[in-house]
Amino acid sequence: MRQTRSVEIGTGLFVLLGMSSLFFLTTQTTGGDDFKAESVYTVEARFENVGSLRQRAPVTMSGVTIGRVTDVAFDPVALEAVVHFVVDAQFDRIPDDTDASILTSGILGSQYIGLQAGGSDMYLEDGSEILFTQSAIVLENLIGKFLVSSGGSDKESD
Amino acid sequence: MRRSVQDIYENATDFLRTFGAFQLFFLRLLRFSPGILVSRFDLVVKQVYNTGALSLVIVMVCGLFVGAVLALQAYSNMSMFNAEDWTGVAAAFALVKELGPVMTAILFAGRAGTALTSEIGLMKATDQLSAMEMMAVNPVRRVLVPRFLGGVIAMPLLAAIFSGIGLFGAHLIGVELFQVDVGSFWQQIQLTLDIDDINEGIIKSVVFGVAASLIAVWEGYNTVPTAEGVGRATTRTVVITAIAVLVFDFMITAAMI
Repeated sequence: MRQTRSVEIGTGLFVLLGMSSLFFLTTQTTGGDDFKAESVYTVEARFENVGSLRQRAPVTMSGVTIGRVTDVAFDPVALEAVVHFVVDAQFDRIPDDTDASILTSGILGSQYIGLQAGGSDMYLEDGSEILFTQSAIVLENLIGKFLVSSGGSDKESD
Repeated sequence: MRRSVQDIYENATDFLRTFGAFQLFFLRLLRFSPGILVSRFDLVVKQVYNTGALSLVIVMVCGLFVGAVLALQAYSNMSMFNAEDWTGVAAAFALVKELGPVMTAILFAGRAGTALTSEIGLMKATDQLSAMEMMAVNPVRRVLVPRFLGGVIAMPLLAAIFSGIGLFGAHLIGVELFQVDVGSFWQQIQLTLDIDDINEGIIKSVVFGVAASLIAVWEGYNTVPTAEGVGRATTRTVVITAIAVLVFDFMITAAMI
């Protein structure tokens, strides 16, 4: 009897430890989803170039995550990228002339949308579109431009 | 000349026959599994204890040191690029996707698989399995299936514990020893690791659990019933499990990429 008891306690302990490890791995090490909202509204923004912006990328304002990109599509008529993102409904006083730009966290980090508040009295609401956008900075283009311009200045100095 | 051709032919058919018998054996275990899970769950619990709870110490100690050494290696390489914050990410990816399941499966083969094989092999050598048959008790159902199920249940839990403790070891080295910022260490892990990565680790550990338990039980059941035979069967369990685990690991990784 005593032997079965210790076996059962040992097994229970082992399974509990295993389950809590699984729980720890699935909840604590993944996601990093610091965006949890009860209700949201969807905003649209059009960009010339979205770079490597992907679904679930954060939307931030003053560095705080207030939303998340829901989809990135291509408009075949206007020939530009259409990005839809949701914003937590508690931030309902964002001016509608707010500027959206695609930024990179660090040099090699992932891309996100940064919002820069405007000064309008009208606020963004469900279905509104951000008119002022700034495309992603593509590192290759930047390096290309830098090389071309530095080459040019060399010739001028000659 | 004719002898050798015939030898090759016989070897090939022998191999095929063993392989086929192995598959049929697996199906037999699977067929009895639901019944045992329902009617004799106590036997399965006993085996989860034998294979899982008793392997805890070795898995935890190894996990701690593997995590720590991963962090050491990652830190010394990452610091070349001033990317020390990624120490945790490197360790976490390696642990969760590869080393957790693989190392645990190999440790499992060494700690639990050999115990299963020698136990069943000795039962066979001392005619206990035959005695059961005489009493109209099916030894596959009564002895093998609970041991197989115990291993299958224990293995994913052990792998999760290995990865969890390993991350703790990486934290000790990265944060406590090398003073990587604790916030960026864990946030970098959370931002980079996806639920799919965890799932890959879980799928691997389940597959390895089935493979390791199946091989251990099979080798035990087919032991040559002598002292030497039990020893050989135990060795074969470890060798075959290690090979099977690494081959499966490659195939699953290739399929999931």
